[in-house]
Amino acid sequence: MTNTVSNVFVEARQLGKQVTTRDGVLTLLDDINFSIEAGTSVAILGASGSGKTTLLGLLAGLDTPSFGAVILDNNNLNDFDEDGRALLRAERVGFVFQNFQLLFGLTALENVMLPLELAQAAHPRKTAEELLIRVGLGERFHHYPNQLSGGEQQRCAIARAFSTNPRCLFADEPTGNLDSETGKRIIELLFELNSEHGTTLIMATHDAELSTLCKQRLVLDAGRLVEDGAS
Amino acid sequence: MLWRDWRGGELNILAIGLVIAVASITAVGFFTDRIERGLQMQSAELIAADLVITSGRPAINDYIANARENDFQVTTTQQFRSVLLANERLQLAEVKVVSEGYPLRGVLRISDSEFGDDEATTRIPAAGELWVEARLLQLLDLKIGERVSLGNSSFILGKILRYEPDRAGDLFSVAPRVIMNSIDLTATGLINTGALVNYRVLISGERSDINRYRKIIKNKLRPGEKIMTVEEGRPELNTALKSARQFLGLAALISVLLAGVAVATVANRFSKRHLNSSAMMRCLGATQNTIIQLFTLEMIWLALLASSVGSLLGLLTQFGITELLDQLVLTQLPAPSFKAVILGYATGIVMLMGFAMPPLLTLRRVPPLHVLRKDVPIRLTSAWSIYLLVLLSMSLLLYWQIDDPKLVGLVMGGTVATLIVLALAAYLLVRMLNQLRSRVGVAWRFGLANISRRPGSSIIQIVAFGLGITVMLLLSTVRSDLLNDWQASLPADAPNHFVINVQSDQVVAITDYFKSMGVSNTQLYPMVRARLLEINHAKVASSDYENERAKHLLTREFNLSWAEKLQQDNTVVAGSWWSRKDFSKPLLSLESKLAETLNLKLYDVVGFDINGTILHFTVSNLRSVDWDTFNINFFTVVPPGVLEDKPANWVTSVYLNKQQRQQLSNLVREFSNVTLINVESIMQRVRNIIDRVSLAVEFIFLFTVLAGLAVLYAAIQSNQDERRFENAVLRTFGASKKTLMLGLFAEFTLLGALSGLLAGLAATSLAWLLAEFVFKFDYQFDPSVALTGIITGTLIVASAGFLGTRSVLTTPPIQSLREGVQ
Repeated sequence: MTNTVSNVFVEARQLGKQVTTRDGVLTLLDDINFSIEAGTSVAILGASGSGKTTLLGLLAGLDTPSFGAVILDNNNLNDFDEDGRALLRAERVGFVFQNFQLLFGLTALENVMLPLELAQAAHPRKTAEELLIRVGLGERFHHYPNQLSGGEQQRCAIARAFSTNPRCLFADEPTGNLDSETGKRIIELLFELNSEHGTTLIMATHDAELSTLCKQRLVLDAGRLVEDGAS
Repeated sequence: MLWRDWRGGELNILAIGLVIAVASITAVGFFTDRIERGLQMQSAELIAADLVITSGRPAINDYIANARENDFQVTTTQQFRSVLLANERLQLAEVKVVSEGYPLRGVLRISDSEFGDDEATTRIPAAGELWVEARLLQLLDLKIGERVSLGNSSFILGKILRYEPDRAGDLFSVAPRVIMNSIDLTATGLINTGALVNYRVLISGERSDINRYRKIIKNKLRPGEKIMTVEEGRPELNTALKSARQFLGLAALISVLLAGVAVATVANRFSKRHLNSSAMMRCLGATQNTIIQLFTLEMIWLALLASSVGSLLGLLTQFGITELLDQLVLTQLPAPSFKAVILGYATGIVMLMGFAMPPLLTLRRVPPLHVLRKDVPIRLTSAWSIYLLVLLSMSLLLYWQIDDPKLVGLVMGGTVATLIVLALAAYLLVRMLNQLRSRVGVAWRFGLANISRRPGSSIIQIVAFGLGITVMLLLSTVRSDLLNDWQASLPADAPNHFVINVQSDQVVAITDYFKSMGVSNTQLYPMVRARLLEINHAKVASSDYENERAKHLLTREFNLSWAEKLQQDNTVVAGSWWSRKDFSKPLLSLESKLAETLNLKLYDVVGFDINGTILHFTVSNLRSVDWDTFNINFFTVVPPGVLEDKPANWVTSVYLNKQQRQQLSNLVREFSNVTLINVESIMQRVRNIIDRVSLAVEFIFLFTVLAGLAVLYAAIQSNQDERRFENAVLRTFGASKKTLMLGLFAEFTLLGALSGLLAGLAATSLAWLLAEFVFKFDYQFDPSVALTGIITGTLIVASAGFLGTRSVLTTPPIQSLREGVQ
């Protein structure tokens, strides 16, 4: 399914999302067009409610657009059902969320093993342990999320995101729930791993300073793309 | 706040749980109430009224006047023994004098010929007319239309009496029944001062009025007067009616408990969802009391609202089902009473407050810091005292509904014990599964992990599932045992004719006669008449006893029988049955209740006057006798070789089909001294009632099963939020629908199997307890119950779980992740 002719990894074509509320149809995203090269880092900027998370969800295939298309690694996501998109995600995509989204009943190690098991990877435990050591949680394998600090939880989430060695990593406000010092260290870790793994990083943030670390900036305002350029 | 929570979708689950609970309680309440009152009406036929006052003295006019003042329907009967004269023959008869309106409940059945079809009538004999039992015609060699003398009057034999609703259990009374109109009584000159007459006032009216009246009358009874109940009127129905009432009570009770479990399960989820908003309110300056007041008020409104909807739904459901059952169950069910509505509201409020209170109190203690940090520990309120209070209130409510403290105590105690055992077993099983989770494949791993990663909610689920399945298994086991027990007590070929007055030299001939009719194995029992004179060599008289029954026993003759072996429906409860070496010894086997009435114990010596000679017997054993069957049984039995030389009468009971019944006139002609008693009509009546009760039991059972399913649904819903979130995370990381479905399948299959196993064990133990202490039938341990538990548990929980969580699979992951989990 992979086509290596183009170096574009993600592309949005006339992408739009609408939801129907009691007061009528609400447009969350309207006519978004851009492309992202493989291996680059992109910041999606915008105020709260500008549509950053919605766009990220659509790009990752976590939701379906109302119109337009997302091309992920030469695959038009509209051609896939939920299971097909899940398979694509399992093979090529990793996630880091603002709320960490770790499973509370699983230990740190089990949380990191989760995507590996889903992808039926060989030696999931060994890979997960190595990654946890890499993110500085070597002593925390068997701790549950509520026994970890916010920063530790996000490290664990980053380890989980990189566990399957994804070609692209989506991060939604990864430092949004952390103090500035911890946030800074998390970003450093994220970029270090990004360069080590050669991953495409697509990060939604409202932090203009953070966006300067990325090679490409996409700025949203009220659901419309108002800027697409290099940082 | 109620509206805000409602709009926010927070209250939906709790309200739905409560509505299901109240609806099932009220529907069962309404229905059991109506069925019970229907049965009461039906069984009232057996005493021909709703209330009967009996007296040995004629001074009963005050009761009649008083009952009329209370707007009840009233009629009277008088019963005594007298002699009829015809064809120069005398015959002792049981005369019943009836007035207009008799019977107030039920009907008389009469016919024109001895063996022809009978018809129901609401009339009574006209003046100058007698209705008589067929055997009287045999004994006096008379036909319908001929004349007979009674006292100073002459009567025409108008009809053959085939069935009278209030004919008491003394089917063996030697004298046949004669019914006459009260208008003729004075002219006969039969009732003089000192005559042994049983006077009865028959009263009927609205159930509640009758119950009230019964209580008032009870305290005003004079010596020799008593109130007769349905149970006394027809002992063979005693067990069936009592156990039906208990079963319906049990079913209602269990619906309440199931509803309680459902509400408790959803209340837990409700409070979890409110942790954040409570913390937020604390941040905004709300005091602990403000928070508790807010939630309490909200709960009260919710309880009232849900109870109203639930009661209405219960009433509608009950109407719909009654409509369906009208043709099948009771031709006319009395209108529903509002007791069920009150019960619905009371239960709704008690349950919601009781089960929602502990989590609410926890909300009061949520630290404001929880807004910022979800890992801040919350001090949990100790819920034991509150749950204990709820249990007590529920017990009182249930006691109010079913008025059987033993049953309420047993079921409440049993449920609490079952809950504790289930919770402990569930805890251990979850711990064991936790060990397993690293050793299985992906889908099963997720299934196992799902269970062990949420130990708290898994235990709650196993307990809720387990209780739901326990109840279904328990009720189905008890129900089928109960129905079998009833059917066994009156099988289709139960004896429908009694043959009495057979002389010793006719035993072989009678046996052969029945054999020639196609009736084999006719067993004849001897009876020797005896009067009780001494106990432990001291003279006894009726004045020695306070007890009416004891007094009566001392004035009448006993029928002493002899037997080698203990009869099938008898059980020795004290002492031991005799062996061959004891034959010819003067030993006595007594029916245990009779012994109790006469204050007789094992090894007491009893002196009987038999044909002018006093014989002494030592009580060697006490027996309990199953009087519910139509088999012949005796209060007093001695070993063989003691009474054979005394003048004996023999008695037997046989089942005769319609063709065989046609040949009975030949039997009467050939053995003119022998008397035949046809009990077919009575048995048919009893069978009808048992059939209807069985249907009611089946129906109520079905409804309780629905309540059980509601609990399963509530249990599945209880951790839907966590499940939705987890599945969203799994899907985000690429889990396919198939993997998720397999995971859910594995989880629910395991939960179902575990709950089913525990439920099977619990149901077996509870069924034994109920059989032993409440319904009084022999319980056979059946290992298949546990297996059925596992299979039904797995099937029901797996399919219900799967259906209940389908939406989890269809929600877009982004939506679930945004909503997150508290």
